[in-house]
Amino acid sequence: MAKQKLKRVDLIFSQDCSCRDILAAAFSKSKEEIIQMLIDSGLKGRGGAGFPTGLKWKMAAEENSNRKYVICNADEGEPGTFKDREILDRVALKVLGGMALCAYVIGAREGFIYLRHEYRFLIPKLEKMMETFHKWMDEFDLDFRVKLFMGSGAYVCGEETSLIESMEGKRGEPRNKPPYPTNNGYLGKPTVVNNVETLVYTMMIVRIGADEFKNMGIEGSSGSKLFSVSGDTPKAGIYEIEMGMTLEDFVKEFGDGDTKAVQVGGASGFCVPRKRFKETTIGYQGGLKGFSLPTGGSMMIFNSSRSMYNVLHNYLEFFEEESCGQCTPCRVGCQQLLKGIEAIKRGEKSHKYLNDLLRLAETMKLTAKCGLGQSVGNSFSSIVENFREEMIY
Amino acid sequence: MINLVIDGKKVSVPEGTTLLEAAKVENVKIPTLCYHDDLCIAGNCRVCVVEVEGWRVLPASCATPAMEGMVVYTNSPLVRRARKDILALLVSEHSTQCTTCYRSTNCELQDLASEYNIDNEIYLNLLKNKNFTIDRTSWAIEKDESKCIRCQRCVRTCAELQKVNALDVINKGADMKIATFFDTVLSDVVCTNCGQCINRCPTGALTERRYIDEIWEALGDPDKHVIVQTAPAVRVALGEMLGFEPGVRVTGKMAAALKHLGFDSVLDTDFAADLTIMEEGHELLDRLKRKLVDKEDIPLPLMTSCSPGWIKFIEHMYPDHLGHLSTCKSPQQMFGAIAKTYYAKRIGVAPENIVNVSVMPCSAKKFEANRLEMNDSGMQDIDLVCTTRELGHMIRQSGINFKEIPPAKFDKFMGDSTGAAVIFGATGGVMEAALRTAYEVVTGREVPFDGLNIKPIRGMDGIRDASVKLENVLPEWSFLEGIELRVAIAHGLTNATQIMEDIAIGNSPYHFIEIMACPGGCIGGGGQPIPTNAEIRQKRAEAIYTEDEKMKIRKSHENPEVIQLYKEFLGKPLGEVSHHLLHTKYTRRERV
Repeated sequence: MAKQKLKRVDLIFSQDCSCRDILAAAFSKSKEEIIQMLIDSGLKGRGGAGFPTGLKWKMAAEENSNRKYVICNADEGEPGTFKDREILDRVALKVLGGMALCAYVIGAREGFIYLRHEYRFLIPKLEKMMETFHKWMDEFDLDFRVKLFMGSGAYVCGEETSLIESMEGKRGEPRNKPPYPTNNGYLGKPTVVNNVETLVYTMMIVRIGADEFKNMGIEGSSGSKLFSVSGDTPKAGIYEIEMGMTLEDFVKEFGDGDTKAVQVGGASGFCVPRKRFKETTIGYQGGLKGFSLPTGGSMMIFNSSRSMYNVLHNYLEFFEEESCGQCTPCRVGCQQLLKGIEAIKRGEKSHKYLNDLLRLAETMKLTAKCGLGQSVGNSFSSIVENFREEMIY
Repeated sequence: MINLVIDGKKVSVPEGTTLLEAAKVENVKIPTLCYHDDLCIAGNCRVCVVEVEGWRVLPASCATPAMEGMVVYTNSPLVRRARKDILALLVSEHSTQCTTCYRSTNCELQDLASEYNIDNEIYLNLLKNKNFTIDRTSWAIEKDESKCIRCQRCVRTCAELQKVNALDVINKGADMKIATFFDTVLSDVVCTNCGQCINRCPTGALTERRYIDEIWEALGDPDKHVIVQTAPAVRVALGEMLGFEPGVRVTGKMAAALKHLGFDSVLDTDFAADLTIMEEGHELLDRLKRKLVDKEDIPLPLMTSCSPGWIKFIEHMYPDHLGHLSTCKSPQQMFGAIAKTYYAKRIGVAPENIVNVSVMPCSAKKFEANRLEMNDSGMQDIDLVCTTRELGHMIRQSGINFKEIPPAKFDKFMGDSTGAAVIFGATGGVMEAALRTAYEVVTGREVPFDGLNIKPIRGMDGIRDASVKLENVLPEWSFLEGIELRVAIAHGLTNATQIMEDIAIGNSPYHFIEIMACPGGCIGGGGQPIPTNAEIRQKRAEAIYTEDEKMKIRKSHENPEVIQLYKEFLGKPLGEVSHHLLHTKYTRRERV
């Protein structure tokens, strides 16, 4: 059962531990022990897709290859998320530590931080941290080096295979899957791509233990997570909260008293209207009954002064531009959804055309090549279904 | 083996088989657009999606390997709906002016849109608000953005098969499109005009620049004497445009149809191919002599120069190595120069009243004909070049019943050909023809291969090599005694690059190399009927070799008209007149 109240947590930004000590403790354990620990903790990828981290590392560890890579995905581009930037600004050593853990477990000698182009102001700070970190690596006698790789501003490069393509000097476009990066990633070698926040949590799990981590959160969504709260809220900011909160509790805490809807998971996520706050839990789909929504951390709050047509229009404009353009459903679908709601608003198309567009959104979910195209339909359908009259009038 | 179920039937396929291939085993044809036999998998059109039990999404069957225990549906309600939606989306950004499209009835999108009964009113027309251009700057290739479905087959062709990368993807999202470097016009970029992109374009976005109207105009002008020449590879492919299966030889029907269309002289590029062998064979022997006897610093290996796509490629990519190219013009251009000089005099027509038309399996020939140096007759040697496809259209337009037309012979003079000339159309053919002649010139004996068929250099491997030992040579060639003549063949410019890299570092073991820009040689040329794939290329090649075997004369130096031409006009190979009319020079070009 979902727990009732918000529970604030202070793991990610806490300064009461030394990364070096955590690493020392980790390196005294075997690789298998660390993998088991992560699996037991139930940690899932904090970028939003929610793939079990321990399993990902295990898959890469089992690959037989002379070269493997660890990549930290810091291409934080989902509208409404700004947590990774804060992590890298304040506790970069924890991120680097997580990369070292992964390198130790899977047997990588090289790692990259794929840094969002707009975060280039972090470079000097990161380079300084990397210097310290590399000294530690020498002291631990771990042959592992991390380099910075700058993104060029494409949203789709947050998708791990596009990210890898762009690192290889190609157009940032998603690959066909399978093969997955753990088997065939950067330069064709086994590669683990983890979100910034996920890497920090691997360090925290080593520190507090799998059980304590699992004690937090709910079945299927253990631990805590950073939330980027924005929109119509008096308390915009970044908060670390246990998984499994209900939206009702969330809105009680962060809303301005007039909350109409919450967009969970950014432009690619779901819009939840007021009437469903109570039944909606924030967590990964699977272990829960009822309505549960995953998120990479973006929580956008809209009050009754907002036009949901404008909100959707804004998202669709974003996708129409940020689709890589490679596959038909995403490239053309995004344009059709955008032009479609405009035509309905102008009265050039009947309101019944919304049904055609909903069907199209469903096709996009089913047939687009990557997560970007597959998730455009999330915000579209949830906004249109819940705020249909706002689309028409 | 992997066991899975497709549409209720158990199927076993080897590991690594895609769902698309596995379905084919079960005789289920899944529709595709971005897929092409010759190219790597893209998985971007998404038309080939299928339903897999337990999967959240519908995967693209071209890009998904069969996995143990999979239960696949290729035609479920969900699949049909998704495919229909995707096709409707493609149609919504496609110029659906099918009635006036050159590729109408030969268009993969049109076929599928019709099969899936696409109502183009479902979605908004996205073309309205976009400024699409038609690039008509190139002599050879036209690019119409409004018909592009962004499947990237052309991009992969240019990158994988040709290593030219003239076309690539630019922009993203709604603005994503296929363009040249910096979106410059086609005439200004590094493009070899090979037309392989045209051959793989599923729609009418890439086509050859067409000269059909100009040809009709010339044919209708009573003051003009219109000559047509047809390249070797056309006769084994033209049938595909006119209701025949791939691999059917239509030489006689083609000659008859050309006469019916009103050409005043129906002649054969094969004649000029034989002439090329005479010149190029002697050029090889001359270079060997200058290198071995006179110790001159002469570039070897000698490389063939018949393929204008290859010529433009080396001019751009390896301008420091143009000395390796044979100075011989291609057969088309040799033909043009002779037609407006010797032949004009022979038939008593003023050269300026002659219109030289050539039918080529090639789009690059259009560019070649317009090269500024190709005017040794005193005017442009070749006036109009059309592709096999364009000729197919003209024959259809004329109302000729091609299937029933009785075969006819080429006219004389310049209508005689040999088996050696015919095989120019397939990769390795120029080499084989050259060896048949050069070996005999040097030794006085026929090449030591059964039935003149030099089988070791035939086939479809990208790069092939062989050697022939020269023994008991005639006295005048004594410097070649005991020499192992080493030759190589490459087709497709990616393979040519491999050969050139060795030459660039001075590490090529060969004396003579044949290069053709297109996979399979001219039979797979950019002007050939669409589709062209490995299976079809193989059939056309087999037809070429059958044509060779059926010829009475199979060695270029025995072509009676060629012998006569040397006697009456040219003198000897590499002579003064030849030098003026049959040889050319090359241009250093920029790489970007």
